[in-house]
Amino acid sequence: MKQPAPDIAPLLEVDNVTIRYETATQEVIAAEDVSFSVYPSDRFVLLGPSGCGKSTLLKSIGGYIAPSEGEIRLGGKRIREPGPDRVFVFQEFDQLLPWMTVSENLCFALSNGKRCSSQKEAREIAERYLQKVNLWKFRNAYPHTLSGGMKQRAAIARGLAMQPSILLMDEPFAALDALTRQQMQDELLALWEETKFTVIFVTHSIDEGIVLGSRILILTPHPGRVRAELNAHELDRSQAVAPLFANTRDRIYSMLFDTKLNAGAAS
Amino acid sequence: MIEARTPVYLQGALVIRPEYEISAQPLPVEGTAAKTLSPLARAVQSAAVRKATILLLIVVAWQLYVTLNHINELVFPSFSETIRALITSVRNGEILSRIWLSLATLLQSYAIGIACAGLLTVFAVRNAFGRDLLSTLTSMFNPLPAIALVPLAMLWFGLSAFSLIFVVAHSVLWAVALNTQSGFMSVSETYRMVGRNYGIKGIPFIYKVLIPAALPSILAGLKIGWAFAWRTLIAAELVFGANQGSGGLGWFIFENSQNLMTANVFAGLLVVMIIGVFVENGIFQVIEKRTIRKWGMQS
Repeated sequence: MKQPAPDIAPLLEVDNVTIRYETATQEVIAAEDVSFSVYPSDRFVLLGPSGCGKSTLLKSIGGYIAPSEGEIRLGGKRIREPGPDRVFVFQEFDQLLPWMTVSENLCFALSNGKRCSSQKEAREIAERYLQKVNLWKFRNAYPHTLSGGMKQRAAIARGLAMQPSILLMDEPFAALDALTRQQMQDELLALWEETKFTVIFVTHSIDEGIVLGSRILILTPHPGRVRAELNAHELDRSQAVAPLFANTRDRIYSMLFDTKLNAGAAS
Repeated sequence: MIEARTPVYLQGALVIRPEYEISAQPLPVEGTAAKTLSPLARAVQSAAVRKATILLLIVVAWQLYVTLNHINELVFPSFSETIRALITSVRNGEILSRIWLSLATLLQSYAIGIACAGLLTVFAVRNAFGRDLLSTLTSMFNPLPAIALVPLAMLWFGLSAFSLIFVVAHSVLWAVALNTQSGFMSVSETYRMVGRNYGIKGIPFIYKVLIPAALPSILAGLKIGWAFAWRTLIAAELVFGANQGSGGLGWFIFENSQNLMTANVFAGLLVVMIIGVFVENGIFQVIEKRTIRKWGMQS
């Protein structure tokens, strides 16, 4: 089952990770024995239905939740706590701190995450990245005056400005309307073309996964186990009607929802 | 104009309607969508104008009631008599020194109360023992009116300024601590994760993330604390304003009532109200407007 590893070293290794947590009445297994590797410049998609533990896995990579078993390594070093080398972009619009302007939010991240030597440098970096996401005009606006799409764009600018080893995106477009969502996907891909940053993108939309991802990890529902890893680097929106796109979508769909197949894979 | 044919059904029969497309036009001149109201219409809309009118009506009714009924000014002085007494005591400096004494005591107690509340909540944020300590103490002392501690304070500290400060600080402490604590508890998980993402932890986490995020509750606590403190102080001064022969506003009211200077009593009460309104609507509202309302954290 193991993929033949490429010659370059993986950036992130998730090694036999099981995550369990306890509620008042029971112990819940969020993810079971999950292993995968993310290589530099991957657009790595974690795809699965709600409750498959993909967000929990991402939080574990972020350092917020310690795995119950197994370990996660970034550049060979074990992840133990959150840090500015793995910047999160959340689904929630309140990820921008409301008491700071858009530009101050970026500067706050840059100076606390030690990505700049002075306030002046922080401002310069912030403005450069806000220009990239077309928010420069709104740099002095407070987050509550922005639309949902603009807030997510600001959060992406903040994430990229930090130049993290890996960007962790937890369903960042899930709360947006369909039109804005599609626009944001295209913008994200355009930004990726510029610097080829490494990103892990959690989604429960098959189409979003195929359009954005270069590689897709499919997790089974509850508890999350690895079902498959597919390539999607050749598929983008322009091929949305092409047979390969439709074929990939159908394959993923059947893997996610065919319980018989899942049962067969488990045994 | 593009024309194409699309099928529709009208009462079961297929009808073809033409499609159409209108090329984009520039918007009409600005200012047609909204227009400014007349000054009178705006005045009626303004809460400040309405409230001022109500105040004016109260003053007129008060003045007329006293003068038309020839009520004894020693029992119920008229508005004009009260204002005259107020001006006299401002001129001879008596009421100003009383105000100063009260405010000085109040500010010291307020600062001490907030500092204690801050220490307790920081401790409560850091560990479970601190949290339980704070919630136990607040549920014990919050229902206890601070003024009930006056006899104890007199027993322990005598008729000193410290007795007053002890009682008033106590009235501030629990309201501020309770609100700050509940504000910290309700800070969203996203803010916390964002803060930790950029490596913020420990004490910096409190002042860089928790305090600004909980500012609406903290300000509410400070406002309640202020209101408690002001009421408690005036009440306590009525009981033991005699602090080496001098006292604050409460004592001014008490002393004048003993001497049947009722107009002065009214003037003192008026000043208590004015200061209360000024701090609550002046100072706190300005702070709110410049912080949480500007940030969209309170509508």
